[in-house]
Amino acid sequence: MQTFIKISIIALIALSGYTLFANFAIPQVRPAPPPAEEVTIGAMSMDQYIALGKKIFEGKGTCTLCHNPLLGGRAPNLVNMHNTSEERLKDPRYKGKAKTGEEYLRESEMEPSAFVVAGFGKPGTNDTESPMPKIDGPAVGLKPAEINAVIAYLQTKDGGKATVPLPTGKEESPSPAEGAAEAAPAPAKTAEDVIKKYGCGACHTIGAFAGVVGPNLTKVGAKRDEAYLRGKILDPKSRLVPGFPPGVMPQDFGSRMTAMELEMLVKYLKAQKG
Amino acid sequence: MSFNKGKIIKRQVLAITLIFSLMLVVPLIAAVITPVSKVFNTEVVSASEKAEKKEAVEAVASKKEEGKEEGKKAEYPPAPKLKEKDYPKIKGYNSRISVWIVAQIHLFFAAFVLAVPIFVLVIEGVGIMTKDERYDHMAHEFIKVSMTAFSITATAGGILAFMLVSFYPDFMKYLAGIFGSVMIIYAMLFLAESVCLYVYYYGWDNMRYGNRKWAHLTVGLMLNVVGMTIMVLSNSWATFMMAPSGVDASGVFTGNVWEAIRGPLWNAVNLHRFIANIAYGGSVVGAYAAFKFLSAKSKEDRAHYDWMGYTANIIAISALLPLPFAGYWLTKEIYAYSQTMGITLMGGAFAWLFITQAVLIGALFLSANYYLWCGMERIKGSERYTKYIKYIAMVIVACFLVWFTPHTLIMTPMEQKAIGSQHHPLLGPFGLMPAKNTAVNIMILFTFLSFTLYKRSSKIATVSWLKQGVAAEIAIFAVGIANIVILGIYSYMVPSNIKVGMSVPQVFTTLSIIISVSIIESRLFKNSKSTGDIEWGKMPARSQYALILLAVSFTWLMGLMGYVRSAIRQHWHVNSIMRDSSPEAFTPTIGYAANIVSISTILFMLLVIFIFWLAQFAAKKQAEH
Repeated sequence: MQTFIKISIIALIALSGYTLFANFAIPQVRPAPPPAEEVTIGAMSMDQYIALGKKIFEGKGTCTLCHNPLLGGRAPNLVNMHNTSEERLKDPRYKGKAKTGEEYLRESEMEPSAFVVAGFGKPGTNDTESPMPKIDGPAVGLKPAEINAVIAYLQTKDGGKATVPLPTGKEESPSPAEGAAEAAPAPAKTAEDVIKKYGCGACHTIGAFAGVVGPNLTKVGAKRDEAYLRGKILDPKSRLVPGFPPGVMPQDFGSRMTAMELEMLVKYLKAQKG
Repeated sequence: MSFNKGKIIKRQVLAITLIFSLMLVVPLIAAVITPVSKVFNTEVVSASEKAEKKEAVEAVASKKEEGKEEGKKAEYPPAPKLKEKDYPKIKGYNSRISVWIVAQIHLFFAAFVLAVPIFVLVIEGVGIMTKDERYDHMAHEFIKVSMTAFSITATAGGILAFMLVSFYPDFMKYLAGIFGSVMIIYAMLFLAESVCLYVYYYGWDNMRYGNRKWAHLTVGLMLNVVGMTIMVLSNSWATFMMAPSGVDASGVFTGNVWEAIRGPLWNAVNLHRFIANIAYGGSVVGAYAAFKFLSAKSKEDRAHYDWMGYTANIIAISALLPLPFAGYWLTKEIYAYSQTMGITLMGGAFAWLFITQAVLIGALFLSANYYLWCGMERIKGSERYTKYIKYIAMVIVACFLVWFTPHTLIMTPMEQKAIGSQHHPLLGPFGLMPAKNTAVNIMILFTFLSFTLYKRSSKIATVSWLKQGVAAEIAIFAVGIANIVILGIYSYMVPSNIKVGMSVPQVFTTLSIIISVSIIESRLFKNSKSTGDIEWGKMPARSQYALILLAVSFTWLMGLMGYVRSAIRQHWHVNSIMRDSSPEAFTPTIGYAANIVSISTILFMLLVIFIFWLAQFAAKKQAEH
């Protein structure tokens, strides 16, 4: 019995030591599963789109797991990609279908083996096969508008110009969220739906609504052009209306509204000429 | 009790040779069933030719497949996209923790019952060849321990199956849709294994001599073949979940179950589990022998269980030494399959797990070596070598500390400001894989040196070229270790993708040293003089606690590494095909995992103690009144 107790004590001491070490001597990282739904691409300016691309590059896209100079050569360091992407097209080893730098960047995200930078292929493939996962495949699952955002970021981060179009909302048809997350509300189909969906009538007099907190919008189209209206919705603080205090209008329509909704609303407002 | 040392050593060498021969069987089978070019990435044609051929083959195949595709999609559905509500909730149970603990206990026992027959067969074979019945008795006692464990394995497996169906019905339905035919064969194999095991165990005395003994050995071989088949089949489900094959991107099964089985990680996991099971089984039997040694009342019993513990420890160490290399291969295959998965494993959320692993590996190497050093006390003439123990210990501890050094430190902002970065300016480089690979190779070599000195302790060489032989061995060690260190330093200067490959020449250097020094040793001590008999039983009690520590550490480490193998799938049931949408889809922290592994280990130990007690209980006869 004494032997049994001694053995048990030794075993429990060892187990406790390992358990305590694992709990308290090392950092506890709990990677949550990425959101099952796609990043909502709302109406946005190019700067916002580029910022989204950076966010995806460092987050959802998991690009920095490998494309990270601090980690020393796991994957090519993505610098001056606005120039590099054009140079790759002239490389004799290039066998892809891209004709422009933008197309090359898109191709390298969606078909990574189309061109493998020397020394970065899978072992034994003589740089004909890339270890990079297809970025629109199930492992990462970026949508076309998100891929464009990443391209915009890569093109501009070292001084180039973004050539991708701003998202229109037609690039993707948001599918119901896979898994636990709640599905995003369906996009509005008419300008009236947009006004209803985002509660514009609670403050403004517009259409069937008669709000008095904000400016009356029944003649707004006569005074303001589309660019002003778009800018005001996306960034209300940038264009203040005398007599109406700043900060009352919601600041987040840019991330909540889809591009189509924004455009429908802008056109509707432009048509309001009294 | 004392045995002839020369014969003992020869038998040990024979036993180890046989174990390693068996270890070769799995990769050989793997090599036969997998095209050579796939295993070794052999470049037999130029890249362009290869690409052209591939294109042509794919074009023909795609035409053939086009017609079949629609039919297949109708026959096999894609992987379901689950929602939280698809996971049944059973009051009082946490689905993941329940499945985790039961699966872990099942795997602990399964590893044990699959490993024991391997070395029992080898020991029985050694007994036949040497005509020494003590080997036969020991093999019989080993298999007796695994008998009760077998029924617990099956029970735990049954509970696991019920739990999986209850908690994860859609996942199991999808898996059964692909592996259904294999699952039925798997169940049938259990029946076959039961038959083989019962005939092997209960027929031991009845088939002890003559031709019957060979028939008995054949049954043991069949038992191992069936056991190995069971292991590799169940491995295929785990590797399918990590790296699915035989299905398209949406999870539609191609209809060829062999493709689904033979995934990119299957062979590497098979080899790693096979070797690890032997090391683990050896350590658990060693703990049993230690328990019996410490409880023994007679000198004979102490001698017997000392010998049994020694043999079990040799089995555990013999398998422990090549285990890191099998681990390298598995990691390499993971990187080759998915660089993202590889980085998640080694450089992402799980990087800190390998610091915990280092603690465990350090405990394993130190306790195994400590047991060997204690063992030298029972050998007359060992005084010549005991003076070197402290240096070996220092090197092993130094290597352990290198392996233990984290790359990124946990610091407060003030500390970080003071030190200038997240990495220590001097110790930071030890946190990288080149240093760790170098350390583990040197640790293995010094454990081998411990074993070599142990073997030498009872012998005096009589050959005329003794000095030259020893000088050659020292030179091989020195040059080899220098090569390992230089390769390690060079690894810092090359990109990551080349760095990963640098571990291969380091491993080859280590293996070359072990093989060449073993050959020289065998020639050097041929016809050697004996310093006297080994005094079995003359072992301090603390040595036995080292065996206990070895078994506990192995068990815990196995649980921890099982967690990381499974957790690198992260939020996927089947990686990139079938998402885990349950509330438990998050990847647990290492602390959380450690708690579950510890609970599983304690439950396993309680059951093992019950088995040990049962073995003792069954041996006693009630006195007549």
